[in-house]
Amino acid sequence: MKRLVYLKDVVTLSLDSEKCSGCGMCLEVCPHKVLARDNGKVRIEDRDACMECGACAKNCPAEALKVSVGVGCATAVINAALGRTSSSCCCVIEPEGSAGDTKSTPTRNSGCC
Amino acid sequence: MHYKVDAGLYALGQPDDKSSVLVTANYKLSFDTLRSALKGRDLWILVLDTDGINVWCAAGKGTFSTDEIVRRIESSGLEKVVSHRRLIVPQLGAPGVAAHEVKRLSGFKVTYGPVRSQDLPTFIDAGFKATPEMREKTFSTWDRLVLVPVELVPALKAAIIVIPVFAFLAGLGGSSGYWNNLMNHGLLAASALLSGVLAGTILTPILLPWLPGRAFSLKGMVLGLLVALALVFAWDAHPLRAFTSPEQLAWLLIVPALVGYFAMNFTGASTYTSLSGVKKEMGWAVPVQIAAASCGLLLWCWSLFIA
Repeated sequence: MKRLVYLKDVVTLSLDSEKCSGCGMCLEVCPHKVLARDNGKVRIEDRDACMECGACAKNCPAEALKVSVGVGCATAVINAALGRTSSSCCCVIEPEGSAGDTKSTPTRNSGCC
Repeated sequence: MHYKVDAGLYALGQPDDKSSVLVTANYKLSFDTLRSALKGRDLWILVLDTDGINVWCAAGKGTFSTDEIVRRIESSGLEKVVSHRRLIVPQLGAPGVAAHEVKRLSGFKVTYGPVRSQDLPTFIDAGFKATPEMREKTFSTWDRLVLVPVELVPALKAAIIVIPVFAFLAGLGGSSGYWNNLMNHGLLAASALLSGVLAGTILTPILLPWLPGRAFSLKGMVLGLLVALALVFAWDAHPLRAFTSPEQLAWLLIVPALVGYFAMNFTGASTYTSLSGVKKEMGWAVPVQIAAASCGLLLWCWSLFIA
């Protein structure tokens, strides 16, 4: 079957090759084969396949990977825009900033169940 | 809704101090799926408290987490139960778990297991090695099909109220008597709305890979337009037809907007959309849907009551 790919050039994933130790944890946890490794260094192989789940950044001991984490759910975006909270629906995105520094740690958004 | 199992350490079969420890969420279905995938084996299962939410969603919410693993290792006394220091954590739990932090805080080394629990026996027998296929989250036709009720059921509940309202208004409008109008404009309205719901919630998930474009809204709107065109042409054969062109045009606007909206909301059920992408898509799709639906509704009312 044809592999499903989402929008082009939109994800926030970034990799600092200087920091990468080549341990390969990110390759193990990525569910969409976004990353690849050659000569002991990881590189972004298929950026558009990234769904910003944050597993790679979370499991990078060298903090070489960064991504603004979120669940790609339109219902959650609508609920957030309408100011609905988790009481009415499980699809909720927490307001920006409430989950801490977005630069050093991935923001933690709750999504659909 | 109680689909929870109690968090803690469970024995599958007759495990001893050398048996593997598998970590899962306390969503009953996750736990049962794991148990049935490993039938006949002797293993430990460490169930985390994720408030009855599955592994992937709980990892995204932060309840399937490093802290919860460390806490559950301590409360269950796992260090005394097993002599080794290895945990098998589902790969889809990785967005919430930092393997190196678990190691630092508890001494247990996290090995990420396969995405699908049915691959676990092969994974364990291969010496805790996953093939690239086991590491990929796919979105097969079957995966998409089982998600259909998520949108279909609430949409049908809304349709039960909305469709009679349209039919009633259609009876009042038009150039003929109430029942004649109802059987003409009302039937067109009811069939258009129902096809919109079914196309958006059933056809879109099934046809997803083959619909044009990458944005879900675009896929839905294209499908909606095709469905609306087919419908308008089909009703043209109505022996007592009294439809006007503006009325038909109205449905060519409303149905694509409706299908596009349902398609857009299917992003949440899909396994490959990013939040950045969804926000970008909604930036143009929501205004287009609102504009098309509003123009369509105004046109429909105008065609029935004023023209």
